[in-house]
Amino acid sequence: MGPLVPFVFSNEFNLIIALLAGIGFGFVLEQAGFSSTKKLVGLFYGYDFTVLKVFFTAGITAMIGVLLFGQIGILDLSLIYVNPTFLWSALIGGAIMGLGFIIGGFCPGTSVCAAAIGKLDGLAFVFGSGLGVLAFAEGYPLLNKIYLAEAWGPVLMNEKLGMSKIIFAFLLTAIAFISFYLTRLIENRVNGIQSNLPKRKVIIYSAAVGVAFLLLIFTALLPDAKSRLESKVNQALNYANLGSVEIPADKLANEIVNNYYRINIIDVRTPEAFKVFHLPFAINIPVERMNERQWKNILNQKHKANYFYADDQQTARKGYLTAEYIGKAENYLLNESPANFKKMFYEIGDPEAIAGKKEVNTYNFRKKAASEMKMLVEALKNSTEPVVAKTTKIKGGC
Amino acid sequence: MMKSQKYMNPYLAGFLLGLVLLTTIYITGRGLGASGAVKSIVLSTVVKVAPVHSENTQFIKTYNEEHPHGPLQDWLVFEVIGVIIGAFLSGVISNRVGIKLERGPNVTNGTRIVTAIIGGALFGLGSQLGRGCTSGAALSGMAVMSFGGIITMFAIFGSGYAFAYFFRKLWLK
Repeated sequence: MGPLVPFVFSNEFNLIIALLAGIGFGFVLEQAGFSSTKKLVGLFYGYDFTVLKVFFTAGITAMIGVLLFGQIGILDLSLIYVNPTFLWSALIGGAIMGLGFIIGGFCPGTSVCAAAIGKLDGLAFVFGSGLGVLAFAEGYPLLNKIYLAEAWGPVLMNEKLGMSKIIFAFLLTAIAFISFYLTRLIENRVNGIQSNLPKRKVIIYSAAVGVAFLLLIFTALLPDAKSRLESKVNQALNYANLGSVEIPADKLANEIVNNYYRINIIDVRTPEAFKVFHLPFAINIPVERMNERQWKNILNQKHKANYFYADDQQTARKGYLTAEYIGKAENYLLNESPANFKKMFYEIGDPEAIAGKKEVNTYNFRKKAASEMKMLVEALKNSTEPVVAKTTKIKGGC
Repeated sequence: MMKSQKYMNPYLAGFLLGLVLLTTIYITGRGLGASGAVKSIVLSTVVKVAPVHSENTQFIKTYNEEHPHGPLQDWLVFEVIGVIIGAFLSGVISNRVGIKLERGPNVTNGTRIVTAIIGGALFGLGSQLGRGCTSGAALSGMAVMSFGGIITMFAIFGSGYAFAYFFRKLWLK
């Protein structure tokens, strides 16, 4: 599941990715004509809308892709970088950039492209932008009030407009296609030409518009990965016979005492319930959060068997089945609630005087197991604390 | 000399650019950018050249503390090196490489260089204030539906249109 950095690719390798992404970026910008300042400023005088066409097409292509990937479940949208909003600095900074665009004829990315193919004005612009950055750094005490004002955090456009992501995507895509049509009319008028699209192009463009909307409709109708997993689990709950993987408490206690290093005990209840009481060595993974990637290396490994438990059997089974769908680990479930486990081991009453041999044996086993479990937990306190895999938010931006 | 080739169809270029951006987001979780690389290089140079001054300048000091490895470990610096390579390759393929100065019909070379530097400086300043330029804020912001990114985009292009009339002599006949 993406993003692949830092889970699949290391941060060092990420720099190679940066280089490759840049090569693709620069190549396409140059091919589109963004190394030519005349083509760029054409946008503002109405004779050439290439910038808008390239820019808008790229934006909606990536946006639809991000939404689709998120819905299929191959990209974790909660981890990707969203530029934070600082209202005033965004607007004022944008306005200054616009002024710089019309005077200098480039933006930073395009000026680098222009400089790369030998355009001296591009090079001058790059040099100028260095001066601008320096001016900002030096003038920061004067600007920091505006820079930090109205910090709204990483808010999304659709949230601000009070609509779902997919509705906003539909809207933006429609706006893009309408603007492509209108700018074509403007271009023809400003340049004093009357050009008709060849039939072949009309077909290709219509097909592209159709594909874009079809993808959006598909994304809108597809349930997300989590709900698909849930419905699979709920279906399986009805017919699955889990008798063979249900483990009695005595057997689990025996495993803990003798093989604690070969098992994971997974508490799928809420963190609050976990805090009050949990089995020795238990890790807390609430059942509705099991799909999160931080648990992947517990649920998808072959070295340790996983034992699931919860207050009620239904939830424990849900945890077990979810784990079966997510990973390849060997899974079992405890057929007792933690409250019963506690009673059976830690709060066991002395056997009655008339108890049979079997009861006495059970009593002795549980008493011994309880004290051994306590000792083990005490002894391994520092080494068995579960390592919580941190899912850090990715940093990005200019 | 061979004639330089025509530019790519803008929608096809946009689609390809969108795929590059999407792939980048999928692999790294972040979008593309440009002005951040300039920032990284400029500020690290200042730190090298004027260490005492940098210590006393809050913004540079903070940046330096947050980026202890300098530009050689900076994602955007590597990306912009890629941009240079990619653009150059594209220029070679399409016969557009060569020392050249592009300017409006009524503008001298000197004016063009001066206005490019001024425009660059404004863009550099604005991109720091706005936390990203056309690539980092506007384009990448649109892909992830960032409110800040999208309003920055409107501000850039809106202001471009607002000022276009006053600077028409730079570009039009």
